[in-house]
Amino acid sequence: MSDTKTTTGGTLFTPFNMVAGLILLVGGIVTVLRFTGGLAAVTNLSDNNPWGLWIGFDLLVGVALAAGGYVTSAACYIFGLKRFHSAVRPAILTAFLGYALVVFALHYDVGRPWRLPYPFIVQPGTTSLLFEVGACVALYLTVLFIEYTPAPLEWLGFKRARNIVVKLTLVLTIFGVVLSTLHQSSLGALYVIAPSKLHPLWYSSYLPVYFFISSIIAGLSMVVFEGSLSHKNFHDKMDETHLKEADGVVLGFGKAAAWVLFGYFIIKLVGLAVDNNWHHLASGWGLWFLVEMLGFVLLPCYLYAVGSRDKNIKLIRRTSLLAVLGIVLNRFNVSMVAFNYHLPSSERYFPHWMEIAISLFIVTIGVLAFRFFVTRMPILYEHPDYKDAH
Amino acid sequence: MAISRRKFLGWMGAAGLGATVGKSAHAASNKHFEGFPDSMGVLHDVVRCVGCRSCEAACNSVNQLPPPDESFKDLTVLDQKRRTDAKTYTIVNRFETAAKNQPPLYVKDQCNHCLEPACASACFVKAFIKTKEGAVVYDESVCVGCRYCMIACPFEIPTYEYDKVLTPRVMKCTLCHPRLLEGKLPGCVEVCPTEALTFGKREDLLHIARERIRRQPDRYVDHIYGENEMGGTSWLYIAGVPFSELGMREDLGVTPAPALTAGALGAVPIVVGLWPVLLTGIYAVSRRKDKIAQEEQADAVAAAVATSKEEAKSELEKVLAMKEKEKETAINMAVKKALEDAAKEQEEAAAKAQEDAAAEAQDDSEPKQTEEDS
Repeated sequence: MSDTKTTTGGTLFTPFNMVAGLILLVGGIVTVLRFTGGLAAVTNLSDNNPWGLWIGFDLLVGVALAAGGYVTSAACYIFGLKRFHSAVRPAILTAFLGYALVVFALHYDVGRPWRLPYPFIVQPGTTSLLFEVGACVALYLTVLFIEYTPAPLEWLGFKRARNIVVKLTLVLTIFGVVLSTLHQSSLGALYVIAPSKLHPLWYSSYLPVYFFISSIIAGLSMVVFEGSLSHKNFHDKMDETHLKEADGVVLGFGKAAAWVLFGYFIIKLVGLAVDNNWHHLASGWGLWFLVEMLGFVLLPCYLYAVGSRDKNIKLIRRTSLLAVLGIVLNRFNVSMVAFNYHLPSSERYFPHWMEIAISLFIVTIGVLAFRFFVTRMPILYEHPDYKDAH
Repeated sequence: MAISRRKFLGWMGAAGLGATVGKSAHAASNKHFEGFPDSMGVLHDVVRCVGCRSCEAACNSVNQLPPPDESFKDLTVLDQKRRTDAKTYTIVNRFETAAKNQPPLYVKDQCNHCLEPACASACFVKAFIKTKEGAVVYDESVCVGCRYCMIACPFEIPTYEYDKVLTPRVMKCTLCHPRLLEGKLPGCVEVCPTEALTFGKREDLLHIARERIRRQPDRYVDHIYGENEMGGTSWLYIAGVPFSELGMREDLGVTPAPALTAGALGAVPIVVGLWPVLLTGIYAVSRRKDKIAQEEQADAVAAAVATSKEEAKSELEKVLAMKEKEKETAINMAVKKALEDAAKEQEEAAAKAQEDAAAEAQDDSEPKQTEEDS
């Protein structure tokens, strides 16, 4: 791909850049419409459907797919799997960008975005799961920022500051896991308050557990998926250690993801049994539920297992995309498809194209920011001055 | 009757206790909130409602809401099922009954003012408060506009001003809280021409409702909607048909909304307390394992070095010993040779001496003999 060329001063008009530019242009226009015309001007949100794509995708999927940060850093620093070390920095960068963009996207969705700090500085509503989400996301974004700073500090040559931050690694990692456990699960717990609106196959008092466990799957799969994209596009930025460890990361994470997916499948079954929802399986909703459970949980579980048994890097990389799509499907089902299932189809929600445009806009910003950082800072390689410093 | 009053009360007590115990297993605490004492509410008698929409008009005027699209006198709006929206706190819906030749039924819909409101529990800035008068009121001055209250509300009541850019608000019935504080009735209750709406203390309203059901069991179904739904609401309903036929959900259960999320919230201190300890423990174990592995490696290396040293030493010793032996042998040989040489010399010398002596003795025939000797 030619995008590495652009950063070194080559042509700016590559197909990638042109598509990205178009998305940014449309996103910019819709942004203006949103903040001059209100939510009604650009969304299909209604009194029955107060949360749409910007919550279902930008918040729920965004946070889940940014789980690679805490999963990878926990594996490396807490569980002592040092052979994953080269995967930590790209994962932390993705997580940091992911969370930053989640917060950015929320400014579009809430009615009065300038009041977003109100729960913390004016009047905390501590009985709300959303308060927990907000507090943990805000704190975790801070943690991720600090965890990420060694890269720019090395880039800028601030040796002392960098060494201080590196000493905090373990504390930050533990803090990150605690905060991630809390907000990943409480995103699911948001829906626990609405048993009458979410279809019983997706509603469960275990929703927080489901969201937390599936965030681990999302994190593992995203690291593999993003790694395969990086290998295609930023191969020249990777040092020997990164390239040497890359296959080990893919195999290790694929194997772990197979196990976690299997565990996730089992606890979903337990949920079905606890609420005795088996009879719902024999309906249209049940079919859709089975598509999710078999096609996007059990199938990737099986493919990951086969891939790691046969040491088939290619298969694991392809499976990671399937698993990521499975997470997206699950979050969409909970927040949009199976939510308000009782309403007639005329009152159901489907996103406006401008909502989709904003979501694409935000993903594009993320990809461009990732490219910016990876091509400049020691993310995929170790800074020569800090070799073996860890 | 065979059952004595005492026995009956005992059973009721046991049932009540059972209910309390059962509930406490789900909720985070064993306290059951039954509403503020003497809080107010409204009883809506669906049997009496004629669908005139006067309540809608009164609500609109006392709350200074924007004028409606269709006049409140226009009853054709009842042809469609409606819900509350940002311009209307209350609406009346018409329902055709299953039985033939029966007049349609009308139900007024507005905020039910839950005893333990889902919206208040869900709000992360505490913009909703259940007042002691019974009204659930909203404070727009802190509202961020996340609309989680709308997700949480089981009755689908709160609405949002999606078209406002800078000051969008959540809109919903206030039970005319400002009017209550002035000693006035809610606008809708005041105007109702058929007394389908009765305002009063919730306790009294429950009595009235039970009395009506008891007196005319053929006109009412034996269910006061709102007595227990979602933990109970300040707005109560009685009707002649099951409420599910009136667009009202009967599958909401009796658990108040805060109890639904109590478990998830209760997990927070557990995670915060346990995770760091566990994770630090895992870290310590993995580090210890690394350290032990390192030590073992070091030991193994040391042992290997020691053995090889030992081997080298013994090898050396062997070689040395061999050399020693060789040397000894060489010395011995040399000594032996020297001795032999010496002996030979001696012998030779002796032989020479003998020879000389013999030569001296018989000088002529000697040369042959000397040759044989050497």
